Amino acid sequence: MSDARVGVVTFPGTLDDQDAARAVRHAGATAVPLWHADRDLKGVDAVFLPGGFSYGDYLRCGAISRFAPLMDELIPAAKAGLPVLGTCNGFQILCEAHLLPGALTRNAGLRYICRDQRLRVENTGTAWSNAFEPGQEIVLPIKHGEGRYVADPGTIEELEASGRVVFRYLGNPNGSLNDIAGITNETGTIVGLMPHPEHAIEELTGAASLDGRGVFTSILKQLVNA
Amino acid sequence: MSAGTDRKANGQVNVDGNVDSKPGPEVRADLHIDTVARAASHPDEPQPYAELGMKDDEYERVREILGRRPTSSELAIYSVMWSEHCSYKSSKVHLRQFATKAPKSDALLVGMGENAGVVDIGDGWAVTFKIESHNHPSYVEPHQGAATGVGGIVRDIMSMGARPIAVMDSLRFGPLDAPDTRRVLPGVVEGIGSYGNCLGLPNIGGEVAFDPCYIGNPLVNALCVGLLRKDRIKLATAPGPGNKVILFGAGTGPDGIGGASVLASATFEEESHAKRPAVQVGDPFMEKLLIECCLELFDADLVVGIQDLGAAGISCATTELAAKGTGGMRIDLDLVPLRDPSLRPEEILMSESQERMMAVVTPQDVPAFLAVCEKWDVPATVIGEVTDTGRLVMTWRGETIVDIPPGTAADDGPVYERPYHEPAGQAALNADIPRNLPRPADLRATLLQVLSSPNIASKEWVTSQYDRYVRGNTVLAMPADAGVLRIGETLAGAEPRSGGPARGIALATDGNGRYARLDPYAGAQLALAEAYRNVAVTGARPLAVTNCLNFGSPEDPEVMWQFAEATRGLADACRALGVPVTGGNVSFYNQTGTVAIHPTPIVGVLGVLDDVSRRIRPGFPSAGLRVVLLGETFEEFGGSEWAWVAHGHLGGLPPQARLDAERALAEVLAAGAARGWVEGAHDLSDGGLAVALAESCLAHGVGCTVGTPGIDAFTELFSESSARALVALRPEHFDAFARLCAAKDVPFQSLGETGGSALTVSGVLEIPVEELRRAYEATLPAAMD
Repeated sequence: MSDARVGVVTFPGTLDDQDAARAVRHAGATAVPLWHADRDLKGVDAVFLPGGFSYGDYLRCGAISRFAPLMDELIPAAKAGLPVLGTCNGFQILCEAHLLPGALTRNAGLRYICRDQRLRVENTGTAWSNAFEPGQEIVLPIKHGEGRYVADPGTIEELEASGRVVFRYLGNPNGSLNDIAGITNETGTIVGLMPHPEHAIEELTGAASLDGRGVFTSILKQLVNA
Repeated sequence: MSAGTDRKANGQVNVDGNVDSKPGPEVRADLHIDTVARAASHPDEPQPYAELGMKDDEYERVREILGRRPTSSELAIYSVMWSEHCSYKSSKVHLRQFATKAPKSDALLVGMGENAGVVDIGDGWAVTFKIESHNHPSYVEPHQGAATGVGGIVRDIMSMGARPIAVMDSLRFGPLDAPDTRRVLPGVVEGIGSYGNCLGLPNIGGEVAFDPCYIGNPLVNALCVGLLRKDRIKLATAPGPGNKVILFGAGTGPDGIGGASVLASATFEEESHAKRPAVQVGDPFMEKLLIECCLELFDADLVVGIQDLGAAGISCATTELAAKGTGGMRIDLDLVPLRDPSLRPEEILMSESQERMMAVVTPQDVPAFLAVCEKWDVPATVIGEVTDTGRLVMTWRGETIVDIPPGTAADDGPVYERPYHEPAGQAALNADIPRNLPRPADLRATLLQVLSSPNIASKEWVTSQYDRYVRGNTVLAMPADAGVLRIGETLAGAEPRSGGPARGIALATDGNGRYARLDPYAGAQLALAEAYRNVAVTGARPLAVTNCLNFGSPEDPEVMWQFAEATRGLADACRALGVPVTGGNVSFYNQTGTVAIHPTPIVGVLGVLDDVSRRIRPGFPSAGLRVVLLGETFEEFGGSEWAWVAHGHLGGLPPQARLDAERALAEVLAAGAARGWVEGAHDLSDGGLAVALAESCLAHGVGCTVGTPGIDAFTELFSESSARALVALRPEHFDAFARLCAAKDVPFQSLGETGGSALTVSGVLEIPVEELRRAYEATLPAAMD
């Protein structure tokens, strides 16, 4: 067990918050529910923005959530080094909040896709990927309609040059530039990815893979060593 | 800012329960309101009851009940409440068998007649589940029609006090290559996906089938399952005079009120209301908020009675709540929050706007109730209160426009014993037996042909558009025979039994229109038998049944015969299998002109696993397992996939329903699973043993080598005899399981072993698993992409 406390944020329309909290508990940490309307991070050591359709995603995905009162606290804290993970809608929110560059747009095939997806771990130096082996091939489920990562050529070049691509698709499902599935900020504390590590932690349920555990083991290692 | 504060700006949220009720400026002074007083003083004013679908004698009965002509608003209420859809007037006399023939069951906590049945699954947990049709709207506007079908059934489940935990759907379309299927299928799938995905409900199964009979009448049957503590069941009732009636959720707009516009234009001849849309539009985000809001209201025990607003909207909710409560209710329609302030009262009453619920709340709990709604940005408004007058009274613009005994609309609708007789061509159809069809010489080619046929081929094109993982309790989902969910972690604060294993539930839906066309009595039984078997092959004990009965017009005596036969067959089979019907839905008028769809009873079965980690995996999980066929094979090709695909033939009789054998099969599977003896399993149905073997190989990419012990390999491989399943056993469990089967008289036939990269039927065929995969997976993408 660990004393680590990981906040799990719920916006109106967040869907994977229960799964995120379970994954945090599974890894041996305490999951702390954070509510979008509270300006209170409750002193957590790290924050997990789970997937869903916050505010229905009727506007650009994540575009409204970035203005939630909680985000007024989270954005400066993340910039100051608080580890933050955003999966799926959480990744979209991190991009909309400019904590990560680029944007997630409609899948190339224009259809929502739910499937177990092969990925390669490209960067094991972040707070959320340090438990993987460099180049390790893993399987995590994806389930999104708007997961096509795009950014201007300069940004893509910079992400690649500085090793900030954390996860890359093997068999690109959605048309993401450079097969990018997940990226990090300059300091490796903030990670956003479209796949769902929280759905690949148990033998009984979810994807036919336990590779999601690596993400949660990583943050615990990071917090213990910090 | 947040979107929440934005939402409030539209004037719908009212923390104190009062509404900034602006009198509609559109009400023109020259338009009279058809009040109760006016109905009495103008008794002979002609009314458009026929346009609203009411028969002369039905209208006369309303006049008798009220002792005067109804007002236009009352006419709106009676016409929708006495419609086939709401009153079950043609089906009621047949549906009664589900109760009168019901097997004894300790598991049934709430039976038919409520929003959904509730089943006890042990440890204080209860599960509620129901399937419902949204066929016609899905043809008119596939995306919204299907989406709101999901929304409606989810609200039914919520109104029992449960958290919805999964959905599944049973779909029927015209031929895969028909141009209109390319319009309807992608729209329906996108609608189900967008709505269910956005609600955070895993879609764990269902079926998709194609037949020319569905080309102008696709079927969209949506099932939802919910979980609750068994001491927290909520019912649709409005007791306690003085209690407040609260309407919460989305605003009321001009959705699905085609009927009311007839009324408005006929009654108010001057007014030229634009044609109203017939299909409702869904807002899954509002529904997600409504789910979380309702659960918080239930947890805080702030609700006395609750009802969702579905068909017939406020008419249905108020009459049903009042009829089941103290019997009286007063409603001020001016307080109903409107999206379109020009709506007339008749339209407000008939509107089928989505994402709305009605609750009965004690006066002292109203502020707390509204505060929870406020937290979830759900607009909520007190629109009336419960009375002890025995009358449902509604006012609008200060005038009384409705004053009726609510039970007369909700419960005392007309009941018809519609005439029925066997269809003229039925005997000839049954005489056209498949024995005369030429048998194939090349069984390898036949298997690939059947495996790639639209009904058998992989439905991944459909299911990959649904989130099957959300909430983290999905143990099995499509293409497994049944969806399986872990129970116990699903509600906040509820942990698995201390130190003990978590429970699970299994759910499957099935239905075969071709079988039911050949023999509706047997067809309905076979639908139940297959769903029951699909639940059993996961190792679960089948417990209860829901059904959605899709038929043509009840006014056609031949269709009515199909309906009568199907309900009789289903009720008899439920008794034989010991599983009660907990609720369901009837969809009539699925026909184009005089041509009806095949009778299509869709049956859903719910089962329970005492230890979900003991569930049986689909197909062949690994190499080195013994492959065993359970059950007996007869030459049964009537309505079979082979006859249809190879010869376009539909005739003869369907396979016999062998209910005692089904029951024994389910018992050995449950016992085998509990002891950990069964590694993998798959039921035999469409396409017979050949398809079951192929799908079992495809499940984990593991081949097998088997023999066919009989003399006729074709019959062994492609017959569709019921009460059969394929199991994969570890060698060390083989003898024990064989003894268990012998003790229960379940035929046990060792076929061979798993392993290798091909499906090999010795001396008959050998097909690499990758070749099977190409045949199985290419069909839908080739037609749709």
